[in-house]
Amino acid sequence: MSERPAPAATATPAATPARRWTLWLPLLVFAGFVALVTWGLMRQKDDTVPSRFIGQPLPEFALPPAADGKPGLSRADFATGKPRLLNVFASWCIPCGVEAPQLAQLVAAGAEIDGVAIRDHKEDLARFLQANGNPYARIGADNLGKVQLAIGSSGVPETFVIDGKGVIRYQHIGDIRPDDVAMLLGKLREAGE
Amino acid sequence: MILPKAQHLLLPPAGGARGGPVVLPLRHRRSAGSSRTREGSLWIACLAAALAFGAPAIADDTMPPAPYAYRQLDDPAKEAKAQALMETIRCLTCQSQSIADSDASMAGDMRSQIRQRIAAGEQPEAIRKWLIERYGDYITYSPRVTRLTWPLFAAPVAILLLALVLLRKRFTRTAGTGEGAGQ
Repeated sequence: MSERPAPAATATPAATPARRWTLWLPLLVFAGFVALVTWGLMRQKDDTVPSRFIGQPLPEFALPPAADGKPGLSRADFATGKPRLLNVFASWCIPCGVEAPQLAQLVAAGAEIDGVAIRDHKEDLARFLQANGNPYARIGADNLGKVQLAIGSSGVPETFVIDGKGVIRYQHIGDIRPDDVAMLLGKLREAGE
Repeated sequence: MILPKAQHLLLPPAGGARGGPVVLPLRHRRSAGSSRTREGSLWIACLAAALAFGAPAIADDTMPPAPYAYRQLDDPAKEAKAQALMETIRCLTCQSQSIADSDASMAGDMRSQIRQRIAAGEQPEAIRKWLIERYGDYITYSPRVTRLTWPLFAAPVAILLLALVLLRKRFTRTAGTGEGAGQ
């Protein structure tokens, strides 16, 4: 390509091999494009939207109590010097019931959990807690998803590790499976150091 | 719709698709319940109907929508601003829709919050920035120029320049060979 036409006209045999090679270039580019598209189609789709707010302090909020007998939840409840778990859940969310035994396990291992109930009726929540147990120290009612949006949570259930200064240290998206319990306890310990 | 690997509740808004997760056992049933045809199919039809109407009530919340989820602002100029922003913010529940298009309750919460903040005098781009700080660039449909995305904006310009250079070469070459032929 960079070969000037004048010498090419005189020395044709020298220029042809280079030109023959460039002839394949468009096909190579096309093959590369097909490979890229194939890779994109085969790749497992990841629907989760992780919070970018990890490492940031919890925003200011104060939620009214969501259940009788448990206080509401505000930012001040987190800057206590001890790391805590913040569980975003709802009684209408099926995986939230599935993770209940794991939350109980975490409490048994010494973790302290606060709940944010998303768009929940008091009666529904009471029924949910009666059926699944109540691992929460406090439950705030987030009926407009305000706290959920403010901390970058994209659904229920999600569990955040908050350190003793009120800074978000870790986000677990989806229900807590039995093999996640040890990992979360580790994250809590890390946040406490 | 099949539940994602991490059992995170992501529900489509339309009634029909909501039954998704529970359709699987039904299909399973159909293949298992082989030959008892008429009675079996009637049973399945009833079950399907029960699931189709029952599922949304189980799977989604029953709270009334947020105050400004479906209500426009009184000031048309502010409503237009809010609308323009909402059309370019991704719904996190139904990730191919904007929050303006989605009936998911979380999209409703986001619309309500955006309208209220714009009514309070906040600028749309400030709200977009606030959302990007929490959810990343994925939340916005209007791409920003960042360290990662600048090639998207630079590529058309680069390709155009390259085309100009190639074309110029081509034209000078024909002129050159023309001259060469002339000599």
